[in-house]
Amino acid sequence: MPFSPTFAWRDSRSARRRLLLFVASMALGVAALVSIRSFAESLETAVTEQAQTLTGSDLTIWARRSFGKKDKALVDSVAQAYPGEQARELAFASMAFFPETGNARLTEIRALEGRFPYYGEIVTTPDSAATTYQQRGEALVDASLLLQFDVEPGDSVRVGERTYRIAGGIDEIAGQTGVGSFVGPRVYVPFAALDTTLIGFGSRVEYRQHFLFADADPDAVLAEIGDRLAVQSLRGETAAGAQQDWNDALGNLNRFLSLVGFIALLLGGIGVASAITVYVRQKADTIATLRCLGATAGQTLRAYVLQAAALGLVGAVLGAVLGVAVQTLLPRVLGPFLPVSVNFAVSWRAVAEGVGLGLAVALVFALLPLVRVRRIPPLRAIRPGAEAEDRFDPLRWAIVVLIALGVAAFAWTQTGDWRAAVGFPLGVGAVLGLLALAAWGAMAAVRRFFPESWPYTWRQGLANLYRPGNQTLVLMLTLGLGTFLITTLYLVQTSLLDQVAITSEGERPGLILFDIQPDQREGVTALLDAEGEPAIAQIPVVTMSLAAINGLGTDSLRQDSTVNLPDWALRREYRSTYRDALVGSEQLAAGTFIGSVPADTALVPVSLESGIAGDLGVGVGDRLTWNVQGVPIESVVASLRDVDWTRVQPNFFAVFPTGPLDAAPQFDIVLTRAVDAETSARLQRSLVEAFPNVSVVDVRLVLGLIEGVLGRVAFVLQFMALFSILTGLVVLAGAVLISKLQRIEESVLLRTLGASRPQVGQILFAEYLLLGLLAATVGVALALVGGWALSTFAFDVPFVPSWGAVLVALLVVPALTVGIGLMGSRGVLRRPPLEVLRAAG
Amino acid sequence: MSLALSARHLTKTFESGSRRLTVLDDVSFDLDDGATCAVVGPSGSGKTTLLGLSAGLDRPSSGSVVLCGEALEDLDEDARARTRGRSVGFIFQQFRLIPTLTALENVMVPLELRGERAHDAAERLLDRVGLGDRTSHYPAQLSGGEQQRVALARAFINRPRILFADEPTGNLDAETSSRVEDLLFDLNAEAGTALVVVTHDLDLARRTERILRLRGGKLVSDEAAHPAALPSGNGHVIRAEEPKSRGDGAS
Repeated sequence: MPFSPTFAWRDSRSARRRLLLFVASMALGVAALVSIRSFAESLETAVTEQAQTLTGSDLTIWARRSFGKKDKALVDSVAQAYPGEQARELAFASMAFFPETGNARLTEIRALEGRFPYYGEIVTTPDSAATTYQQRGEALVDASLLLQFDVEPGDSVRVGERTYRIAGGIDEIAGQTGVGSFVGPRVYVPFAALDTTLIGFGSRVEYRQHFLFADADPDAVLAEIGDRLAVQSLRGETAAGAQQDWNDALGNLNRFLSLVGFIALLLGGIGVASAITVYVRQKADTIATLRCLGATAGQTLRAYVLQAAALGLVGAVLGAVLGVAVQTLLPRVLGPFLPVSVNFAVSWRAVAEGVGLGLAVALVFALLPLVRVRRIPPLRAIRPGAEAEDRFDPLRWAIVVLIALGVAAFAWTQTGDWRAAVGFPLGVGAVLGLLALAAWGAMAAVRRFFPESWPYTWRQGLANLYRPGNQTLVLMLTLGLGTFLITTLYLVQTSLLDQVAITSEGERPGLILFDIQPDQREGVTALLDAEGEPAIAQIPVVTMSLAAINGLGTDSLRQDSTVNLPDWALRREYRSTYRDALVGSEQLAAGTFIGSVPADTALVPVSLESGIAGDLGVGVGDRLTWNVQGVPIESVVASLRDVDWTRVQPNFFAVFPTGPLDAAPQFDIVLTRAVDAETSARLQRSLVEAFPNVSVVDVRLVLGLIEGVLGRVAFVLQFMALFSILTGLVVLAGAVLISKLQRIEESVLLRTLGASRPQVGQILFAEYLLLGLLAATVGVALALVGGWALSTFAFDVPFVPSWGAVLVALLVVPALTVGIGLMGSRGVLRRPPLEVLRAAG
Repeated sequence: MSLALSARHLTKTFESGSRRLTVLDDVSFDLDDGATCAVVGPSGSGKTTLLGLSAGLDRPSSGSVVLCGEALEDLDEDARARTRGRSVGFIFQQFRLIPTLTALENVMVPLELRGERAHDAAERLLDRVGLGDRTSHYPAQLSGGEQQRVALARAFINRPRILFADEPTGNLDAETSSRVEDLLFDLNAEAGTALVVVTHDLDLARRTERILRLRGGKLVSDEAAHPAALPSGNGHVIRAEEPKSRGDGAS
């Protein structure tokens, strides 16, 4: 049996408990990685297996407008060429009124003709309702809505001027997320029994034609008709396309979570490096003796690398087990966001990846302090304290480069962006460099401006920062980097969440009334006045599309491969308004806002939202041609506005001056306050009775829904950050333990020389407090820079520093440093000096 | 008879800021196979430095060492370690047992480092030092004297040509010391090992054949421990060379 493994095994017997930190660091990092990857894989499998339920058909052709003659001809030609089944669907938002209870609410109406979905099913209570409602001219209503209004199957629902008997409640629709649209719960009615006045001008209706082919390949069909669809501004979707879209979206989620997992693993690596640094120090005498007895540098290094590898493996396997356990929780948390049901399955690939990556990280980070083993001089056996010469060690630098390359490779596989691949390790390296600089600076400053007048114990603690064998640099690097990574993650997270948070400042409407036709204006106003809830704003909306930018037609721009403008921005329907001033949620960013021009102005000065202007690649002075219901309107960008989209009120990409659009086909949006839920319900009831086509958004209800969704998103982010924080705590403990070892001997000597327990305690307290404060301050300061850089450049959201989190980090890190430091020294403080000396010898 | 150790003009200096500190100044001596000698002198006289250089634990600033036929200056750190593993035994003042290994495992280490089976030989040696019943005890469970006896067994297991002992009884009481000394010299005689003992203890020094005295880093005397007992022109003790003039060596 070779020496190294035998010795590694024997030597580890008494040390295993001491290396608990090592195992814990690795286990937490790997757990985060395995749970995330395993979940991602289960999700991908689920999406692949259930891909067809995403569309429910082989092919769906759809548009956000009614199908014209040409469109119908296209649909017919597809149906003729590829036999099978067809179904027709209309989807739009409208009020649903329940006469039995008198409740009304905005819902998503689906008018369906034909047996659809072909894949997956609509699960209803009673079961039969899904198959019979069309023939019987009945409606299906979301079960949650039935519950909310205490309505049962057999009662009725009115949509527009039509009243339907409720056939059953919808429990689940395959391929659709549980969260559904913000607009509201779904109501299915038969196509033939639809009140068609609801889908008149201004309503946002989606027309869908579903196909089930007997034997044609849906993607081949889509490829064949692709050009015609594009020309007619129709869209086609197959299961494969839907799957791709979902995988793209999930890819972003996976990438973010992977980043979180990798940071946890990186922190674990730092924990490993701290634990091994302590370990090597403890083993220095043993190693020197071995060298005296004839062990080569390689033999000793191998023995300790084997120990590290074995412990790394234990940590990684424990982490994998923990990760699999955590993974079972993720589908429960994320379930409502997902279009498919994810079954819990252990992904052996993720487990193998996690264990492999964990082992590699453990080894590489352990090697960093372990290579020092080679340099421990045998002379130490006869001359205690003899240290290795501080020479350049190429192997150590090779390991540093290896770590940097590993981090770069990970960043590259996750983002596919070489800038991230270079930037990530460079950023971490820069942080380490700055932390080291801060440590050196602090040591020099303390020595230079030493406060001679301070009490003895504080002077001792302060002097410990720069004395020989001080731990300032090591603690600054580990504590500081740990603080930096966790605080950065938290700051980015709050910035991301802030982006979607709802601003409650200012006056917020309780109800938003959409689709008020010009001839209904007076009636609606009168009704609101009569109910004692006058309109607080009346906003005209003109729908239009973009015809040309600076004279170049949007169709040709879309086909020009040299023009890199987003398709959606060129194709979308713009709902614009006209008014003479900016509103509270807007700020002028460039140019001059022009509020009013004569109706016959040839070149209308328009104000664009800054974001859409960026997407369209235009600025002040550029020309846009709009198609307003077939009438071209020439405009010039007169100003850009920054819009706070988090304010709950109608905001617009394009705002026109009053005048030119006054006579254009339009509808109104009216805002009213509706002070409480009861008033809101009463108003909705009256409105739906008098104006069935007017949609009412209950802001309170929507906000509740959004807040619920955001709560879950925040929970997922915080849950994953928890791993990093736990690992960070382990790292902190490891870092403090490094210094503890150094201080025990001194403390015992001081005790022997007559220092009281409180005095020794105070010295340690002073040193740990100063180190903790220094590391936390520098770490947090760097995190503010890092958080700003990541938010601004990587996530493209405004950086919103969470000062609460900053304060918590500034308090918690020093407190934990002092706590762990003093707890670790407890034995020294409590036991008689001689006992400690004996045990140390 | 060949030389177990030959030290020539050994000098060790340390830079301390702008000052140069010479801790060993041009020391030369030879030691035959099987011969014993003691290195004595006050604290700071360079005894431990001489031991470290002789055993190849450190490199001299100038001068050379031939240990068991190998010129140490030609060897890198690992080759010197292999030479030690093959031909050298050590006894330390602080015992230096590996705390995580049992007594038996500690004794086995030198042979195991060479990839050899060691169990039976280690048991025999532990028996020989009177610890046959303590083989599975850890160092912390042994007294100082017992630990040093384990260290003795470890020092002899690879049948070294030369044994270096650094204050072997420095941490032991008088009674225990004498038992350990007896064992050291008995084992040494049985194995025919050359022995270099660094000590403050003149009684211990006198049990060797020859005493080298150091003062201020210089070898000030090299004489037989029992002049009367030694035949003139003896074959065991090679007199130390006269130190060279101050000018070379130390600069």
